[in-house]
Amino acid sequence: MTEGVAGPGLRARGFVESQKLANPDSPRPVEPGAAPPPPERKTLSRWIPALGVIVAWVVVWYLTDGKDTLSLPGVARTALHDDLTEINNDLLAGRDTNPVMLFTGALADALRSLVEMMQGIFSKPNLPRPVPEIGWLGVTACSTYVALVVANWRIALLVLASFLSFGVLGFWEQSLDLLIITGISVVIAVVVGMPLAVLVGTSARANRAITVVLDVMQTMPTFVYLLPVVLFFGIGIPSAVVATLIYALPPIVRIAGFGIREVPTTTIEATDSAGQTYWQRLLKVQIPMARKTIIVGLNQTILAALSMATLASFVDGPGLGKPVLAGLRINDVGTAFVPGALIVVMAVMLDRTTTAASERAEKVARGGGGDPRTRRILLIGGAVVTIVAVYVSRTYVDLARFPENTLGSRIADVVNDVMDWITGTFSGATGAFKDAITNGLLNPMESVLAESPWYVSGLGIAALALVFGGLRAMITTIICLAGIWYFDLWHDAMITLNMALVGTVLVMILALVFGVWMARDRRVDLGIRPLLDAGQTIPPFVYLIPVLALFGPSRFTAIVAGIVYAAPAAIKLVADGVKAVSPTTIEAGRSTGQTTWQEITKVQLPMAKGSLVLATNQGLLYVLAMVVIGGLVGAGALGYDVVYGFSRSEAWGKGLAAGITIVLLGVMLDRITRAAADKRRDDPGPRRAFFVRLPIGPPK
Amino acid sequence: MTITSEGQETSTAESAEPALSVRNLWKIFGPRADKVIGTPDAELSRADLKTKTGNVVGVKDVSFDVAPGEVFVVMGLSGSGKSTLVRLLTRLIEPTAGTICLNGMDVTSASEKQLRDVRRKQVSMVFQHFGLLPHRQVIDNVAYGLEVRGVPKKERREKAAEIVDLVGLTGYEKSYPDQLSGGMQQRVGLARALAGDPEMLLFDEPFSALDPLIRRDMQNEVIRLHSELGKTMVFITHDLSEALKLGDRIMILRDGAIVQIGTPDEVVARPADDYVKDFVSEVPKSHVLTLKWVMRDPRPGESLEGPALPVTTIVRQAARAAIASDHPIRVMDGDKLLGVVDEDDIMRVVVAEVES
Repeated sequence: MTEGVAGPGLRARGFVESQKLANPDSPRPVEPGAAPPPPERKTLSRWIPALGVIVAWVVVWYLTDGKDTLSLPGVARTALHDDLTEINNDLLAGRDTNPVMLFTGALADALRSLVEMMQGIFSKPNLPRPVPEIGWLGVTACSTYVALVVANWRIALLVLASFLSFGVLGFWEQSLDLLIITGISVVIAVVVGMPLAVLVGTSARANRAITVVLDVMQTMPTFVYLLPVVLFFGIGIPSAVVATLIYALPPIVRIAGFGIREVPTTTIEATDSAGQTYWQRLLKVQIPMARKTIIVGLNQTILAALSMATLASFVDGPGLGKPVLAGLRINDVGTAFVPGALIVVMAVMLDRTTTAASERAEKVARGGGGDPRTRRILLIGGAVVTIVAVYVSRTYVDLARFPENTLGSRIADVVNDVMDWITGTFSGATGAFKDAITNGLLNPMESVLAESPWYVSGLGIAALALVFGGLRAMITTIICLAGIWYFDLWHDAMITLNMALVGTVLVMILALVFGVWMARDRRVDLGIRPLLDAGQTIPPFVYLIPVLALFGPSRFTAIVAGIVYAAPAAIKLVADGVKAVSPTTIEAGRSTGQTTWQEITKVQLPMAKGSLVLATNQGLLYVLAMVVIGGLVGAGALGYDVVYGFSRSEAWGKGLAAGITIVLLGVMLDRITRAAADKRRDDPGPRRAFFVRLPIGPPK
Repeated sequence: MTITSEGQETSTAESAEPALSVRNLWKIFGPRADKVIGTPDAELSRADLKTKTGNVVGVKDVSFDVAPGEVFVVMGLSGSGKSTLVRLLTRLIEPTAGTICLNGMDVTSASEKQLRDVRRKQVSMVFQHFGLLPHRQVIDNVAYGLEVRGVPKKERREKAAEIVDLVGLTGYEKSYPDQLSGGMQQRVGLARALAGDPEMLLFDEPFSALDPLIRRDMQNEVIRLHSELGKTMVFITHDLSEALKLGDRIMILRDGAIVQIGTPDEVVARPADDYVKDFVSEVPKSHVLTLKWVMRDPRPGESLEGPALPVTTIVRQAARAAIASDHPIRVMDGDKLLGVVDEDDIMRVVVAEVES
């Protein structure tokens, strides 16, 4: 007990104590004597060397313009392309002997008969019956009843109105076919995807492995799936289902897996400590807690399936995509408009129904869901009405086959008139805008990219990859460029790349303006976000219709469609990134007296850099996907090569080469931007999973 | 480890078989963790080991016993390995080396199934961030442990309802966790741990996330439950006053290794090193120390007429008697005179407190 003795020692101690009291929270060093972290080398801004590369490139282009561009005329093919066609022919010839082809053939037959059976029930005459087993009235009643059971009466009304619009506008059969293809694909996607999602959610190793595969799958523009799928499954229904399935699988695996993985460790630990088994943990803890996220994944899978099922009309898949495609091919906006609008109706219907169903499930799980007796009466009454409707629709022809009317074609005519008027009236403005972008941005960049000798462009791209993404990104880039060179479509690839780049620049301008605006003003966010949600719900194919009407068939049309397609995701990413900047930091900045402009440029945007890079990544991939589809409407280059490959059997090889080139471009752009995002260690936000489409809904 | 000297072992003076017995327990995180133990590397400091091998020591050669019915507090700062230690006890984290015996059963070599049985019936745990299931009502959260055991629904709900009453949540059975305050959520966590009627409860900083008043309530709740149910408890905390309030004995950890094990007054009166000393320097000693630590032998000729007090009396409680009496207080262990304490001795403790 020496403390009682006063003296100089005590005074010194008292001083130390008071220092401690002054700062009671100061962390004690956990590891005394540990060295401070080494100072980081301040790196040069990446834009300075990037500018250097570009200037050098432009100078070299000026001197060598038009040399060694490896340009290949639209219908020309090289020996390599013919070799690829040969491979295709061999595989087709070996259809009866090759085990892989036999297997896919059997699978194709099974899928075809499944779809045809469903068509016989819902949409097509089921011979010898002159009409389907269940007529339109029965189908509409069933769907409305299902909506009533899983969601609520408002959704039931929406479903009822949607189904009636399918019939009234004259596309009953195509609409039902599209729903059948989408439905079958979604069911298979869930059956295959949920076990994978559980793997992704519970095993770090499986997560890494599966993520790599999903990344590649999702870097591929939709269009590119179709060629190989057709090779193995043949033109028509089976290819439509398989392509849709492949495209719809990643969202459920990724998002549901993400949800399972994000269940808090504390909860897992707490319930583990109660002695639960693996299955108890999975079924009682992980899946219930991830339920909301799993349903988001299901919603995304459904919408992805719908958009791909539409696009599958390229391979003669049944559904609403066919009339749209027919309209686009002959540049007839009116014809494409009505089925396009119905696709949007269907997308909104499916989206709203799944969302409302999940909300209802949540409410019921929490003991809500309204008075059980009223509900029981409602359900029984609805069931009786539905059964009667099904019965009479089997008995009376008019209730089985939707009565013909001319409303659809009249709307098409009106739309054509309106479009003529718009193009007549605004062609000056749209033309000027088109020319400004084409001459100001598109053409000069295209000259430098595509009209430089191929080795100059390659070197330039690799150097930029090094600057923005680092060494590993550069190596990937060089490998991709070598592949592009090998497939003999260098010049087309550069043109497509240029379109993607120009589109992305414009997307990012939109994203910055609207994203920052939304992040800073909640009312703007509330106003714009529903539009963005709607934009994300609509299958991309449909975008082409209005854009084509406004700008006519050209490169520019494809770019605008790409921008419309990519902007919602990019704007949301930027808005959420800027919004995630901690309010404390902003307050601290304000207390120093910064202006609004300074706040945006010196605090919010630098701190949201991770999101900006991610938005760029997504923008590039979205625009690339759309620009390729734009091959249909005069965008030329790789997209056209793919379409050409579909239409001419002797050009199949060139189409495949174009498809592979598109994938290589996608992988290259993805790797560079992703490496750029990873290099940002000052990004404070959590890493967002790539490719998880942002949840649709009100702002956080 | 030399600090856990023979002298302090005596405070484990229970003759019965310990409820929990831990011997030479190690946890090393990192590649080839098992290759470190037994080599000279094991003696390195945490930071050095990290730079040399890339491994991080979580728990370093820890041995201790907990007697049945005892409240054993493990305390240390963040990063001292206390949360790792408590997770090793039921192998929520797998130990690298060492043995853990629960009522004579070796947990470290138990099979999956045996381990599950231990978790289901013998040991329950309460967590800092509660770990409740947000999609279940309070009653089903509490019943979860019984549910995984396979107890039928009616029976487990009855049992859970009892426990809900016991922890003072009557009326909240049908609520969901997000409708409850932090303190109430932790009561649910506590109820869940109690529902399986385990022999031992583990607490991992259960009240750190609560505000001070609620924390005090919950501490009193634990004291009440302990006196009513008499369960063995291992309680992790970084809060010294909590440790002193609840603990029968306190084990202080630093960088994964034991610095001191002792009763609260031992730790305060005789800190094993400067680290512990620094820790306890702000504790009001007169509230913790017993007369054992301030008494002295009677001086020759000193009066022995003063009042007699048991040796376990807290200094603060003895102060009034000391001031009121003209004679020194006699400190007794039963009938045996151990020493005396006068006003000055007591004032010395109080003054030291004020000056520090």
